[in-house]
Amino acid sequence: MNGFTALARAQWKGFWRDKQNWFWLMAFPLMFLVLFGFLFRDAGSSKNTLTQVGSVAIIDQLPPEAKTQFDNLFEVTKTTDAAAALAEVRKGDVDAAVEQRGNEVIVHYSQADQVAAATVRGTLGAFVDGANVAISGKPPTFTLTATAVEDDSLKPIQFIAPGLLGWAVAMGATFNAAMPFVTWRTNKLLRRIRLTPVRTEALVASRLLVSVAVALVQMVVFLAVGVGLFDLKLSGSWWMAIPLLLCATLAFMAIGLIAGAISKTAEAASGIVNVIILPMAFLSGSFIPLDQAPSWLQTISKFLPLGQLNEGLLDTMVRGEGPSSALLPMAVLLGFAVVFGLIAARLFRWED
Amino acid sequence: MTNVIETRGLVKRYGDLTAVDHVDITVPQGTFFGLLGPNGAGKTTTLEMIEGIRQPDEGEALIFGEKVWPRNRALLPRMGVQLQASAFFERLTVEEQLRCFAELYAVPLTRIEEMIDLVGLQEKRKVRTEDLSGGQKQRLSIACSLIHDPEIVFLDEPTAALDPQARRNLWDVLRAINEQGRTVVLTTHYMDEAEILCDQIAIIDRGQILTTDTPRNLITGLGAAYRILLTEGALSEEEAQRLPGVDSASLENGTLALSTHEPSPVLTALAERDALQGLQVTSATLEDVFLTLTGREYRA
Repeated sequence: MNGFTALARAQWKGFWRDKQNWFWLMAFPLMFLVLFGFLFRDAGSSKNTLTQVGSVAIIDQLPPEAKTQFDNLFEVTKTTDAAAALAEVRKGDVDAAVEQRGNEVIVHYSQADQVAAATVRGTLGAFVDGANVAISGKPPTFTLTATAVEDDSLKPIQFIAPGLLGWAVAMGATFNAAMPFVTWRTNKLLRRIRLTPVRTEALVASRLLVSVAVALVQMVVFLAVGVGLFDLKLSGSWWMAIPLLLCATLAFMAIGLIAGAISKTAEAASGIVNVIILPMAFLSGSFIPLDQAPSWLQTISKFLPLGQLNEGLLDTMVRGEGPSSALLPMAVLLGFAVVFGLIAARLFRWED
Repeated sequence: MTNVIETRGLVKRYGDLTAVDHVDITVPQGTFFGLLGPNGAGKTTTLEMIEGIRQPDEGEALIFGEKVWPRNRALLPRMGVQLQASAFFERLTVEEQLRCFAELYAVPLTRIEEMIDLVGLQEKRKVRTEDLSGGQKQRLSIACSLIHDPEIVFLDEPTAALDPQARRNLWDVLRAINEQGRTVVLTTHYMDEAEILCDQIAIIDRGQILTTDTPRNLITGLGAAYRILLTEGALSEEEAQRLPGVDSASLENGTLALSTHEPSPVLTALAERDALQGLQVTSATLEDVFLTLTGREYRA
């Protein structure tokens, strides 16, 4: 027991005193969180920009409720300079320019941004149709109400934060297992430890404890930044992320131990870990949500430990599913931990 | 005296090379035992098999009568091992390293202070090991190997790569360790180090123990002549040759050199004649022993 706490304390101190760990395992993933957070901040409710040239009766004389709706969809700037308005559209500074000549409403758009162009055309068309119907004096026969299936809180940050957290934890646990064992083998510390009466289990367990603690710190920091800065909303069973991260740390530690066992130098181990974790992060939806990804990619992600972790984190932290939704990912992660752990145990060497 | 270390026919092969070739060593309790040989002689491999961290291909090593291989956790608290490379936990201070090892051996934390004093690292207690000099690292690593008050201490080339002053400081530490009653086993390729520190020396070359004895016996056993050097003019060459016990005398570069197997009567005679100006007496060294045993010059 003494040996276990001694080893855990030594590794814990050594970990936080390494500025590289602060950067790669904390600051670096957080940079992505902040970057993506700001990039997609308004993605859910983006308005189209529209320049109005001169007076456009159909917009100016909208009834009040239609006007509110219109303002929700468009951010309108008014100008009298038609040429300047067209130049802005050409440059892509605004999505479209609109003017009215008699009864003709003319929309100028750029084909460079086809999505914006289609949105503006379609929406303005709907308002023109609405105006036509209103003038006819007949009540409209059909109405269309569009609502998104996602809850209001499901902004991009909700998908980004769990995915990036999963990636950060996977990276941390893998590096944390691979690097020390290579370094300690090279500088003979492993041999030195072996010459003390400490049990091998205590050595591995102390490493695991430090890795789990680091993962929890990562989680706290991620959630604090997400909730504090980007209005991340956690759903009811978010605390299931803790056992999920524990299982994931086990699995990734085992992967790290394998990488450490087959590498002669710390540089080689670091390379191997990157080659494993980075593509896995992409395939598991850490950087891009998989919901719109092709189905084969979604299938692949189910066979990756990080894919399982991300799925579990999403289910419990933001999708509002019950605690039991984490059980399957946890079981799969433990399965990975056992398989990789056995391989790591076979490959483990005290000495070069 | 009881033997605390005993090896029986230790053999280690690496491919075609027999690194250690049937080594038998016995180390009595309290001895300062030196394993002396040039680089690549098999010193470290032998030591590692005795420490129980390398499996012998043949033979066995016993400490306190118990087998050291496979890992014998009961023996580990009774032996302290200082490794060739300075193996420390990353980014910990001197104090923290010692504390970690104290806890690994489950000994009271008061030992930390004692060890810092023993190796003279008081000023460096808050310094991270990465920032220590080579000599300080060696001393810390010795402190770590002594923290649990072991009965046997193994030191593998402890003074390699140290400057002369640091070497001498470390010798003082090592002598102190041995004087506290511990058995010390040391490997070295420095002849002078072995001669100054050790009670017993085993000379090893090409994986085989050539001889084991006290430094004194090894040297006198050669039957080599003593050389007595005097300033020119203290005595004439002819006079010197007639002195009792002198084998030969010659004048070399302003120095009169006498060769003898019986230095006492020669020195007495010189003293009677008041001819001791610039006196120097040199005897054979372990280098001569090695040359005699192997027919080769000793090259560390």
